[in-house]
Amino acid sequence: MIKNKTGKFISNVYLIAMLIFMYLPIIYMCVFSFNSSRSLTRWTGFSTQWYERLFSDYTIGEAVYYTVLVALLATIFSTIIGTITAIGLSKSRYVIREIITNINDLPMMNPDIVTAIGMMLLFASLGLEKGFMTMLIAHITFCTPYVILNVMPKLRGLDPNIAEAAMDLGATPFQALIQVIVPQIAPGIMSGALIAFTMSIDDFVISYFVTGNGVKNISILVYSMSKRLNPTINALSTIMVSIVTIVLVLINVVPVINAKMKNKKISEEGNY
Amino acid sequence: MKTFRKLVYPYCVWLGIFVVVPMLMIMIYAFSQAGNDVTTLSFTFNNFAKFFDPVFINVFWKSIKIALITTILCILLGYPLAFIIANSNEKFRATLILLMTIPQWINMLIRTYSWIGILSEVGLLNNILSFLGLPTVSLLYTDFSVIIGMVYNFLPYMVLPIYTSLNKLDPNLINASYDLGANRVKTFQKVIFPLSIPGVMSGIIMVFLPAVSSFVIPKLLGGGQYMLIGSLIENQFITVGEWNFGSAISLIMAIIILISMYVLKKFDKDITEERGSKA
Repeated sequence: MIKNKTGKFISNVYLIAMLIFMYLPIIYMCVFSFNSSRSLTRWTGFSTQWYERLFSDYTIGEAVYYTVLVALLATIFSTIIGTITAIGLSKSRYVIREIITNINDLPMMNPDIVTAIGMMLLFASLGLEKGFMTMLIAHITFCTPYVILNVMPKLRGLDPNIAEAAMDLGATPFQALIQVIVPQIAPGIMSGALIAFTMSIDDFVISYFVTGNGVKNISILVYSMSKRLNPTINALSTIMVSIVTIVLVLINVVPVINAKMKNKKISEEGNY
Repeated sequence: MKTFRKLVYPYCVWLGIFVVVPMLMIMIYAFSQAGNDVTTLSFTFNNFAKFFDPVFINVFWKSIKIALITTILCILLGYPLAFIIANSNEKFRATLILLMTIPQWINMLIRTYSWIGILSEVGLLNNILSFLGLPTVSLLYTDFSVIIGMVYNFLPYMVLPIYTSLNKLDPNLINASYDLGANRVKTFQKVIFPLSIPGVMSGIIMVFLPAVSSFVIPKLLGGGQYMLIGSLIENQFITVGEWNFGSAISLIMAIIILISMYVLKKFDKDITEERGSKA
């Protein structure tokens, strides 16, 4: 659509400007994580002291541990609950399905802060001590709807006769579930699990309201550290940014390279 | 197949305890007096009356205003971006989408925090300004910095749905429009834009919602005194300890958001249905 040269030029300039807007803060932060002074604005020389502090800081290690542990457990639980529920829903009567999917939408539609204080009030009135368990329960609760959302469409395209046939041939319902239905909807389960994991890793608001007893995830730690200038955050952020970038690039580039290698092989074989 | 119906039960219980009951708890707290036991619950509208105090109403309007400005800016910046990406060549497109999504994978607090260094009194922006011989400006802890932080955080939520709807667009429709004599502007006006409205709509929902309820961005980039409705709720729960008033504000916000979402979705549906019946 953008065919003439000026149009192309303007759109390229715009694209670059927007990319700068999106990446400047991140790059800026990474650069200043190597600054030798506390300043986030004046460059005083190269040093790795903030990284040294980061690795010697016990609270940061602990926060990373809790973040990953909660994310892994929440992903496992929400994926299992979500998948089972989605399968059940696909066989349920229309009215029940509608009611449950509508309630299931609530945590996704409600602002985080409303979900968060609801949970906080619940835990407070149940007399549950805020900490690791409450955080895990909250994470499972807000992750599961996304798993269901991702698995449901895969089930819709499924032929019900296949599971039926498996059971006619002597499979127990459990075997039919695990060996027949689950493999067919695996891509949906995978993408649901991935979304659940990232939602959990990224969460701040809900964790902030439901945790206690010194159990902090990375977001809460950054929040409490950010009240004053603190370059260790920049060091921590730089490491996280690097990991995310490497993983994403690998996920996206490796299949492309693989495909290219395969093509090459095929064309080489063709030459012989 | 009915055997599998039972699989829904565990999650029903879970939803009941951890989704429905918390919402009910917010309602109970919102309509009751502070310091009350569940057994001696007394019904009151006081918490809502308190909200209509000019101080709080101003916070409310300010939140709506900031969220609206953010949403509009996201449309203005995001639409051309989505359009350019959708029209770039295929190899490049995947890379551009990847570039759009990478920042989203980085912790939101970290992304927001990184703006402090740029916008502060002696930060990058002012360094550039003074290098160019221009007067420096104080941008941090103003409406401006909060809006920048929000646009920065939520822009991908606008770009991606618009991109998806532009990408789904049948190129034959555009070619047909050209064949029938429409120029590029006309084609955009009559064909491309109307067909991308569902994308814009979901973009609006995905930007406005978090923008109106955010409390992290105003806290980090607006400073300690800066109040939006999200930070007001947080304040009531964490600092002031007035859970009842905090619940009332949350309830008001939740209801407004759920209604506006319903309206937006309905509006979106009406448009698609209208188009369907025309065709």
